[in-house]
Amino acid sequence: MAILVIAEHDNTSIKAATLNAVTAATKIGGDVHLLVAGSACAAAAEAAARIAGVSKVLVADAGHYADQSPENLAALVVANAAAYACLLAGATTIGKNFMPRVAALLDVAQISEIVAVESPDTFVRPIYAGNVVATVRSTDPIKVITVRATAFEAAGEGGSAVIESLPAGPDLAQSRLVGRELTKSERPELTAAKVIVAGGRGLGSGENFHKLLEPLADKLGAALGASRAAVDAGFVPNDYQVGQTGKIVAPQLYIAVGISGAIQHLAGMKDSKVIVAINKDAEAPIFQVADYGLVGDLFDVLPALLKELG
Amino acid sequence: MKILVPVKRVVDYNVKVRVKSDASDVELANVKMSMNPFDEIAVEEAVRLKEAGIATEVIAVSAGVLNCQETLRTAMAIGADRGILIQTDIELQPLAVAKLLKAVCEKEKPQIVLCGKQAIDDDANQTGQMLAGLMNWPQATFASKIVVAGQLATVTREIDGGLETVEVPLPAVLTADLRLNEPRYATLPNIMKAKRKPLETTNPAALGVDVTPRLKTLKVAEPAKRTAGIKVADAAALVMKLKTEAKVI
Repeated sequence: MAILVIAEHDNTSIKAATLNAVTAATKIGGDVHLLVAGSACAAAAEAAARIAGVSKVLVADAGHYADQSPENLAALVVANAAAYACLLAGATTIGKNFMPRVAALLDVAQISEIVAVESPDTFVRPIYAGNVVATVRSTDPIKVITVRATAFEAAGEGGSAVIESLPAGPDLAQSRLVGRELTKSERPELTAAKVIVAGGRGLGSGENFHKLLEPLADKLGAALGASRAAVDAGFVPNDYQVGQTGKIVAPQLYIAVGISGAIQHLAGMKDSKVIVAINKDAEAPIFQVADYGLVGDLFDVLPALLKELG
Repeated sequence: MKILVPVKRVVDYNVKVRVKSDASDVELANVKMSMNPFDEIAVEEAVRLKEAGIATEVIAVSAGVLNCQETLRTAMAIGADRGILIQTDIELQPLAVAKLLKAVCEKEKPQIVLCGKQAIDDDANQTGQMLAGLMNWPQATFASKIVVAGQLATVTREIDGGLETVEVPLPAVLTADLRLNEPRYATLPNIMKAKRKPLETTNPAALGVDVTPRLKTLKVAEPAKRTAGIKVADAAALVMKLKTEAKVI
């Protein structure tokens, strides 16, 4: 039976997490269909059709899907679920919001944030902030799954899926979007960046955070991240947070500056390929996961590092 | 206005969990248990809404083993007015908990169910959304700010790109994120007072809910550990290693 991946998009392009979810779907096996629910979202549907491995794109285009409210989106998915063995979405704040609602309405369990596919009904997922991984088997007729993006490669381009339009469901008019305050940045997106420079409480202030880390991030083409402590202290907004309840990242290079390494933070970045830790406390737990540790005062080390990078 | 706050008893967040030798589960014997931290934030928010004169009653509800009573007493020490224990020794998964909460909602008729966004043991992040679906209520998850006026809640949500504000008509399910508030410490007099607050006990059968697990855990394991690498002397040595050894810059 086929698999339906619910696409995350901004009506013109497909978000990166969807590409990882498509790869997870191909590992489960079966025809992969993609659902694009939006408003004036033809461009997103065309982009979806070019994703390698997708055979069909279903488009539900209506004004009440513009903001992808969880109630309307879940109802649409449920109305079209019967033809599918599996429903997948990225484990983003959007996927985490509407997918459990889908599962409940179908009276099935959700399998959250899978990191591996063992068989079409058996999956691996982290629990206890990633300190334990569980292998779970679902006995439900429809598997509802969210996918941890960093655990699967992104699907490539080169597909030529057929695009079919889907009748829109009714507008349930429940939650209503008032507005969004999105962080504007020229830098790469945290979850897709090859290099991340992340700062912790050791930076001391928001001013230091920007003054010291931005030049380094610019030099390396890196995204900026932060520990919970730095976000709680108000140095940077919430969407910088890497960790168990923030973003899960796995870049080629993760540079942790002034971060002690609470397990909740490690849960979000320990799958990075290379980890560098800069911290004045030689006993900080971050050094236990770092490939390269530099014990020193970040206020001395960072300028020196910038100079060395030329 | 009644607010219902579901609270879960979990392994304390400071405990380093260990896998049992038969790989069937993590070791839960003789381990410190506490209220799920996100649920504590939810209780605090509900109590603040009561203190602000918006809510009239805060009801804490927990599902699980008899010892969940302790978690309910903690909620009542923070300020919940009474507790409901849905007692069972069966492993409860989020869908089953959502169904139990639905049964409680139908009886208690709360205007707001305020959950923690996820439990720190199974990291599922499902129960609130599932309950909203089962009740056909609106939902606003990952809240960092909640304003209730009349029959409308205005909720600021933490999302991947920043923040978003949504309005939900009540009744609704809201889930608490980290920065919604900082829970108070329960004072000794309040802990004593909590012991005398009403605690009602029921069970899944009495609520007419089938809680049979849908997911079977085949095994649990510790993930491959990262090992500590090397310490470098200075920035120059670090840059050289990153260029020539790790080849990542």
